[in-house]
Amino acid sequence: MKIHEYQAKELFRHYGVPVPEGYPAFSIEEAMAAADKLAGPIRVVKAQIHAGGRGLGGGVKVCKTKEEVKEKASQILGMTLKTHQTGPEGQLVRRLYIEGGVDIRRELYLSMLLDRDTGRIVIMASTEGGMNIEDVAHNTPELIYKAWVDPKVGLQAFQARKLGFKLGLSAKAVGHFAKLLASLYRLYVEKDCSLVEINPLVVTGSDDVIALDGKVNFDDNGMFRHNDILAYRDLDEEDPAEVEAGKYDLSYVHLDGTVGCLVNGAGLAMATMDILKHFGAEPANFLDVGGGATAEKVTAAFKIILSDRRVQAIFVNIFGGIMKCDTIAEGVITAAKQVGLDRPLVVRLEGTNVELGRKMLAESGLPIIAALDMKDGAQKAAAAAEKFAASGALS
Amino acid sequence: MAVLVDKHTRLLVQGITGSAGAFHTRQCIAYGTNVVAGVTPGKGGSQFDDSVPIFDTVAQAAAATGANATMIFVPPPFAADAIMEAADAGIALIVCITEGIPVLDMVKAQTYLQGLKAEGKVIRLVGPNCPGVITPDACKIGIMPGHIHKAGHVGVVSRSGTLTYEAVGQLSALGIGQSTCIGIGGDPVKGTDFIDALELFQADPDTHAVIMIGEIGGSAEEAAAEWVKANFTKPIIGFVAGLTAPPGRRMGHAGAIISGGSGTGQSKIAAFEAAGIRVAPTPADLASTLLTVWKP
Repeated sequence: MKIHEYQAKELFRHYGVPVPEGYPAFSIEEAMAAADKLAGPIRVVKAQIHAGGRGLGGGVKVCKTKEEVKEKASQILGMTLKTHQTGPEGQLVRRLYIEGGVDIRRELYLSMLLDRDTGRIVIMASTEGGMNIEDVAHNTPELIYKAWVDPKVGLQAFQARKLGFKLGLSAKAVGHFAKLLASLYRLYVEKDCSLVEINPLVVTGSDDVIALDGKVNFDDNGMFRHNDILAYRDLDEEDPAEVEAGKYDLSYVHLDGTVGCLVNGAGLAMATMDILKHFGAEPANFLDVGGGATAEKVTAAFKIILSDRRVQAIFVNIFGGIMKCDTIAEGVITAAKQVGLDRPLVVRLEGTNVELGRKMLAESGLPIIAALDMKDGAQKAAAAAEKFAASGALS
Repeated sequence: MAVLVDKHTRLLVQGITGSAGAFHTRQCIAYGTNVVAGVTPGKGGSQFDDSVPIFDTVAQAAAATGANATMIFVPPPFAADAIMEAADAGIALIVCITEGIPVLDMVKAQTYLQGLKAEGKVIRLVGPNCPGVITPDACKIGIMPGHIHKAGHVGVVSRSGTLTYEAVGQLSALGIGQSTCIGIGGDPVKGTDFIDALELFQADPDTHAVIMIGEIGGSAEEAAAEWVKANFTKPIIGFVAGLTAPPGRRMGHAGAIISGGSGTGQSKIAAFEAAGIRVAPTPADLASTLLTVWKP
């Protein structure tokens, strides 16, 4: 789960991580009220969307006067911000964050995340703040310093000092840095984070260390114990189809292709996307209905796929283990009858109760294209999508 | 022979009275697995299906029944605790099926297990978020459909459950049996990984060839490829799911995410190929690709 920068900074404040003074704003009036509260003269207007790269996309503006705050806030609020993370369609800006200026002497990079190879939380710090960290890792990996936290004892002060001195901080700044790191680690562990990233982390003229940006992601699996974090969720930032899928506990990711996929199991769902691509088609989605899906869940999944108007054909690919093929068949038939099957449907069933499932589909009267195996199904789905798109039947 | 589980496995089930636990325990018993005990705190002294004694703690169950393996169906908030309880009770093989365990809980459990291993205890965790382990016609621990399997000599190790079934289905359809199939699971912090499984297959005279199925995220496939190049002498083929997955999006499994430019399918396939592991072009070609490097 992702949250906005202003929400991350609220958490930072709560945990004692220094951040500049700032206020969220949902309207121009609120932006002006926020500007009034800030001492000035420098104020920064920042678009609040979940994607990164906001500055380059024109979503962050430094203002020298209050009038300028009004001007920039009016420009940014309601704009469709395009960054390398939003995709070409961009993301509508509905929230702003108005922040005070900071006396920046140095810009550093700091992040905390799980290192899968060691099964430990790793802290990464770099002197190359404000840049894309992937580029730094690629071009100058020696400028990224790391420390791994032993879960038995937690982050130790010496680890923070080691990193701080490697970053070339003054003794005073190292003290501030160590305190900030300890606070961040506490936040990470207490709130089930999956990523905490501050880029840039700045050192001021008075050797204070301040989080100028804040990105915090959370482990979805841990959210059952954090209602306070769940309250930060902003559904406007999420794909509506993915939100709908979440209600039914379906794992769905919206993609740009034309063949809708309904699959059981995450690995098979990914592999289904891959085999479609192998045969020249583009998947419209990743969708794992899970192992214990009911006919209701399958129906919901089917409706979500059909609601994507770019979908030109649907490929149902099931290897029933726990998931019985007759359950899938029942869901598919129900959904097709409820919403109307207006696009070609290719079904490959295998596994538990496969004969019953196939029989139900055959007797349903629906124009279903049966597939012998996964390869046959992928080829048939790719061909059906191409033919259907060419016919222009979905207008 | 096979690996990890066989006819001598004495299985206990943690979370035996939950709906998934009960359903799959019955399936395992029907397959022929020797289920000797169940554990549900507060239900000790009762029986599961009038045949399997239920205990309050794993320690009691192990002492009373000599269980040497456990299958965990405990819900996510309590599953890491269940893993640690089994390890503390000296259960040598812990298979955790539960999906959705908070990753920091697993970091804790993993650290606890490492501590016990350092003291000399023999413990192996498989999973979490996995289909389990099966040695066909001998022992099934997990949620895989038993009937698609056939006893034989191909070892299967996979991060994905349904892709394991896919591989097994293709093999069995060609009349090729399996020695043991190990689902290592789709979580970022897990017990048995590819290299652990491959070490077992390498040492097992009953395993003549291996299918290894990876997916995007992390670098376990790359590490396994290097290990295979240096240590593995049996015919082996690979597959990697998620070549078309966009970066930064979690593909169902908590561990299936391309982040910071690493963990891509392309890099994993390149690593497999560099290690001489032939890669199946599509998931429909797992068995046929194996047959290009091995004759049963």
